[in-house]
Amino acid sequence: MTIYLPIAELPVAIFSIFAMGLAVGFISGMFGVGGGFLMTPLLIFTGIPPTVAVASVSPYMAASSFSGAMSYLRKGLVDLPLAGMLLAGGGVGTICGVALFTWLSSIGQVDLMIRISYTLLLGGIGIMMLMESVRAIIRSRTGGKANIRRPGTHSWVMRLPLKMRFRKARIYVSTIPVVGLGFIIGVLGAVLGVGGGFILVPALIYLLRVPTTTSVGTSSVLTVATMVAATILHASTNGTVDAVLAFVLMIGGTMGAQFGARTGQTLRPDYLRLLLALLVLSVGLRVAFDLVREPSDRFVVTIMERAK
Amino acid sequence: MKQLRLLFLLCGLFALAAVPQPLAAEEADARDRVVLSISQPTVRIASNFTGAELVLFGVAEREEGLDLDPDVVITVRGPNASYVTWRKARFLGLWVNTDSRTFVEAPSFLSVQASSPPEEMAGLQTLRWEQIGLIRNMLLQRVGPDYADVVPTDPFRAAFLRIQESEHFYQENPNGVRFIAPGVFRAEVNIPGRAPLGHYEVTVKLLRNGQVTAQTIGGFDVQRGGFEEEIATMAQNHGVIYGVVVAIGSLLVGFVGSIVFRKE
Repeated sequence: MTIYLPIAELPVAIFSIFAMGLAVGFISGMFGVGGGFLMTPLLIFTGIPPTVAVASVSPYMAASSFSGAMSYLRKGLVDLPLAGMLLAGGGVGTICGVALFTWLSSIGQVDLMIRISYTLLLGGIGIMMLMESVRAIIRSRTGGKANIRRPGTHSWVMRLPLKMRFRKARIYVSTIPVVGLGFIIGVLGAVLGVGGGFILVPALIYLLRVPTTTSVGTSSVLTVATMVAATILHASTNGTVDAVLAFVLMIGGTMGAQFGARTGQTLRPDYLRLLLALLVLSVGLRVAFDLVREPSDRFVVTIMERAK
Repeated sequence: MKQLRLLFLLCGLFALAAVPQPLAAEEADARDRVVLSISQPTVRIASNFTGAELVLFGVAEREEGLDLDPDVVITVRGPNASYVTWRKARFLGLWVNTDSRTFVEAPSFLSVQASSPPEEMAGLQTLRWEQIGLIRNMLLQRVGPDYADVVPTDPFRAAFLRIQESEHFYQENPNGVRFIAPGVFRAEVNIPGRAPLGHYEVTVKLLRNGQVTAQTIGGFDVQRGGFEEEIATMAQNHGVIYGVVVAIGSLLVGFVGSIVFRKE
């Protein structure tokens, strides 16, 4: 059974889109990440134009993050001032990211930049997570004492001026690295169509030393806010949000996320992190492979100006 | 050929002064006449649309003394769009877009249906002038400040045609036009599911002894269905409202999802 997407202007198999939402939702529920880094490449691979894919993933991410954000809010695990500071940087980052995206597409290198960024980002984070989780597993196997050596203590980052106290996150740090972190997430979101949760959560834990649950909670609230903003922004400036596509994805995604969250709770956290590391790494490798493999066709046709 | 045509046109201008008539060039050798009928004036894309097949019927009336059916070429052109064709090359071990050509105002859909291979119908010059056959359709490239078409062997032009053909946006069938009775012909055009929206122009040309003896132009529209059209117009004309509605809807889905699954 196919369904015609009115904005993407092409028919797609409804069940394959639904299954994609289900699968990515399962993964995001299991690991507590948004899943944009999986969904956007999947949609582009299906043949949906990249601009429509990036824009339509935003409402999907807003939906899947919202239920998580609500439960974290109820439990008081969200630091709203911290989220606000990150959001301030994120807003500026999004604007810069959109400008960067426009410039890259004008010189025809947006595809290359997206692939290189994905490779570096996913590869780097994947390797870091892999090493950390393997070390944690070995430690628990040998029964050794948990020797938490947090990387990136960076006392100079904390000692920068404009310090501020975030009560729920239990930190007292300079606002410069916080806003800067938000800025990087904003740029990545605009150019790569990712929510940035899989970067933000480790950064909050290891860099700013925010407790793990508060990091995840704050990150999910931030994802809802940025994705709602991105939906409205994409819709009003480019008109590339496909409502039909987004809602099919969303329904699959929210269902998958619930099952994923339950499965995730039965797994041990260090094994869970190992699985996520392998997943992130394999997506990165897949993108890298496309970059170095000789293409079957050396020519590519892109539409510069659509038929009116 | 071009000069000959110009001469005809000049003669025509003088003739026009006396009697208002269609182009003199056509009238001079018009011993055939052609009428075209399209199975549906509008292809409507509803939610279950995967493509459509249009049937084109034509009647070729001929003057007495001519007994053979003429050669027929039907060209369907979709709305124009601009394209960039990129060539990749290895750069520092990575495959990078290095070279490009811009095709300006090229048809977004192009289907050529003929009663026999166009190369057998007429000389190359006539075929090129009349844009008969897929590779002889005019494809303007931007070359610096100028616009020009290039030789058919140009790698960018060839790649553009090949990729458009593999996506089924461009089609050519040298046996697509069949005579079902003397003077009555039929052809089918496949509109793919991803076909661009807009007005499609159908040109029918009859050829006899290597010359175009008659032609006619028709057309049809490819449009979205009611629901799809409403969503698209909303997205286009009221982007902010549309975005807010989608955002609220997505929060609602997330909310309902968490409630439904909590009760279980």
